[in-house]
Amino acid sequence: MPKIERNEKMTVSNNIISYFYQNTILSMKKYIATRTATMFGVLLITLLITILLVGSNMDTILKQGVVFQVRSEIIENPAIAESFSSVKDFEAFIQDQTDQRIKHLGLDEPWYSPQRIGLTMYKIVLLDFGQATFLTSDSGSSDVKDIIFEKLPKTILLFTSATVIISIIGIFVGALAASKVGSIVDRITSSFAIISSSFPVWWIGMLMIFLFAFTYQIFPARATPDIPATSPEYLGALLYHMALPLITIVMIGFGSWAYLVRNFMVGIMQEDFIVAKKTIGIKQSKITYTHALKNAAPPIITILALSLSGSLGGAIITEAVFDWPGMGRLYFEAITVMDLPVIIGATYILTVFFLVSIFIADLLYGYFDPRIRSSAGE
Amino acid sequence: MGIAGIVILTILILTSIITMIIIPIETFQEWNNPESWITYPKAAIPIWVNLFLTEKIPEHKILAEPNIETMFNDEINLTSYQFNVNFNYDQFPKDFIYSYLLEYSGSPLIQVSVIRPDGVKLELVSTSLPHSDLKTIHSDRMFSTDAMVKKELVLQEEKFEFEINELSVEDIVFSKTESNKPLKGNYVFLVDFYEINEESKIIDSKLIIGGKAFGIMGTDELRRDLAIGLLWGTPLALFIGLAVSIGSVVMGLVYGIYAGFKGKKTDETMMRFNDVLYALPALPFLIILSVTISNSIFVMTGFLMIFGWVGIAKVARSMSLQIKTRGYVEAATIMGQKDSKMILKHILPQLLPYAFASIAISVPAAITTEAGLSFLGLGDPSFPTWGQILHDANTFGAAARGLWWWIVPPGIMIAITGLAFVFIGNALDSIINPKLKR
Repeated sequence: MPKIERNEKMTVSNNIISYFYQNTILSMKKYIATRTATMFGVLLITLLITILLVGSNMDTILKQGVVFQVRSEIIENPAIAESFSSVKDFEAFIQDQTDQRIKHLGLDEPWYSPQRIGLTMYKIVLLDFGQATFLTSDSGSSDVKDIIFEKLPKTILLFTSATVIISIIGIFVGALAASKVGSIVDRITSSFAIISSSFPVWWIGMLMIFLFAFTYQIFPARATPDIPATSPEYLGALLYHMALPLITIVMIGFGSWAYLVRNFMVGIMQEDFIVAKKTIGIKQSKITYTHALKNAAPPIITILALSLSGSLGGAIITEAVFDWPGMGRLYFEAITVMDLPVIIGATYILTVFFLVSIFIADLLYGYFDPRIRSSAGE
Repeated sequence: MGIAGIVILTILILTSIITMIIIPIETFQEWNNPESWITYPKAAIPIWVNLFLTEKIPEHKILAEPNIETMFNDEINLTSYQFNVNFNYDQFPKDFIYSYLLEYSGSPLIQVSVIRPDGVKLELVSTSLPHSDLKTIHSDRMFSTDAMVKKELVLQEEKFEFEINELSVEDIVFSKTESNKPLKGNYVFLVDFYEINEESKIIDSKLIIGGKAFGIMGTDELRRDLAIGLLWGTPLALFIGLAVSIGSVVMGLVYGIYAGFKGKKTDETMMRFNDVLYALPALPFLIILSVTISNSIFVMTGFLMIFGWVGIAKVARSMSLQIKTRGYVEAATIMGQKDSKMILKHILPQLLPYAFASIAISVPAAITTEAGLSFLGLGDPSFPTWGQILHDANTFGAAARGLWWWIVPPGIMIAITGLAFVFIGNALDSIINPKLKR
């Protein structure tokens, strides 16, 4: 049992609390460890499933890549070709070289063999996704890692800012609605939430493009800036082009947030301690925005964490509509041209983000809700 | 609110039934076949827009019932087809096409002319068909954009007071003689077939005046009548939504109840598996699955079910765990009830209200997810859905071109269908969950 520091200022209850607290820190660590292990397991399984699905195609592509490599080397060095007397010898040489390299890269095993799969998974976990078949990054590199990490920040820029704005607006509107339950404000909020979540975001996106890019030409129709990524005005152009998608996402998003926050708060507002504070005479707004909100914090923070990652998932379709140069559109393009290395790499990254955010959400929820904290060791 | 939901749902179901009866499914499956839409206009606005405009947009007209007159004069047989067109618009039509299917022998002469409201007769085409000794079936289309029509008109340019050389054929034919503005009134298009023997027979004859407005919902860039697409999308959406949600709820219930009931080890393992599935990001996987395996609508419904049952299973399991500890359940176990009977008689009935509410609430998500996948282009080409219509709209840049009738209706249909189920689900929810009834 950990030793507890005695201090005259500490009361008995404080001692007990700190005892439990230190105990639960240990259980928290065990909890974190188990969860990380599970997460990693899930990640590997996801990867395995992806590879199984696209594996045979990947195999063909990789083998073709080797043949291409051998042939281009021969073209670059004509001396090799000239050193052969007959066409048959020449072809045999090429075949031999190809076979050698394939063996060297470990490609001669059938793709579904454990060695192959293990090797592939190992490389992917280390973020080595190989070369993209068709797509290239803005800087011309065809290394999948470069491509993905170039597009990723843009997605994060758009969706994180959107989520932050949505959560702020949502919390305020939700709290407001909760403090005036049954009023017009409340009813409008609920109706708006339900209606706005029935419309697909990407459809509203098309409408917004129609209204604000075609009818009233305020914003550009395509969210990709036309100037190259390396020029200095790129950031400004990017932000200007980001305006329309951002507005659309926020418009659709804050409705559900407000609804959820309102429901949580309504539940809390009926608890005894709130009613007690009211009878004491504390101002209603203070109650709403400090005491009640603090108690609604655990689920709200959990949802915030989930939204931040969930937005990356929906990002695929939203970015396709607005033509935003981020991860989602990259995924969409990769699927359109069947660029398998990019597809695998992007799925992996998306899964990692998704899992990490679920994990953090779990942790945060456990941290903020003392009832969960005390049973975290289970 | 629940009543509103039920009303909307009934309307949707009725629409589906009527659609399936009136419009045969073969027409619908021809959606992606450009050949079957060739007589329709491209990107035409719905007809009722004309009610709101002072400058009327020309409507697209497909005329297939001509007046037929035959005359026999010595050896020459004249069959004359007359098409009446009432043209009351303020803009010129886009074009006009005459298409026919003729069985003949010999070498008939075809002459096409038009008598305008002001009485002026314009010759359009004068040509003979390739000679054939044997009976042959010949089909052809004459377009107003054909060079020979223009040449024929230029020969009659003295009838007009302005230069017609630079104008397109329809801008000339439908124009007043004094100035180049549309002439309103009744036009009669004459198609005369002259031949030496009487054996020729016209099987099909159609005059199409290309307009810019057509149909209740307009057309898209590929000339498809959007009304057909929208109407047939209704039963499809209902099918997908209900199949996926019922399927996932049933699977989730069975899985969750069994896990909760068995408890301990079985429960642990089942829930671990559930967690793994829960952690898979749905959209990327759905995309990969539809690309690598199949995008048939039935397979996609299956995939959507796979991703849907996870949440239900979790809740069903915890509810089942709770019920298991109740007195009467323990009593039944002691008395020796079989497992299956216990589940069926005691646990399942308690979960039924939750199940129904879940079904209702899952439908919108299923419909929207399917719409999203179709929007990305991964839908089933032989069963077009609203999402696919929107995919085509995006491909052809409908938003930036202002083709609102292509974008707005499908989205509204998706939203209304989703809303109907949300209302029903909320109503069910507040019935089974009295705490929310406030």
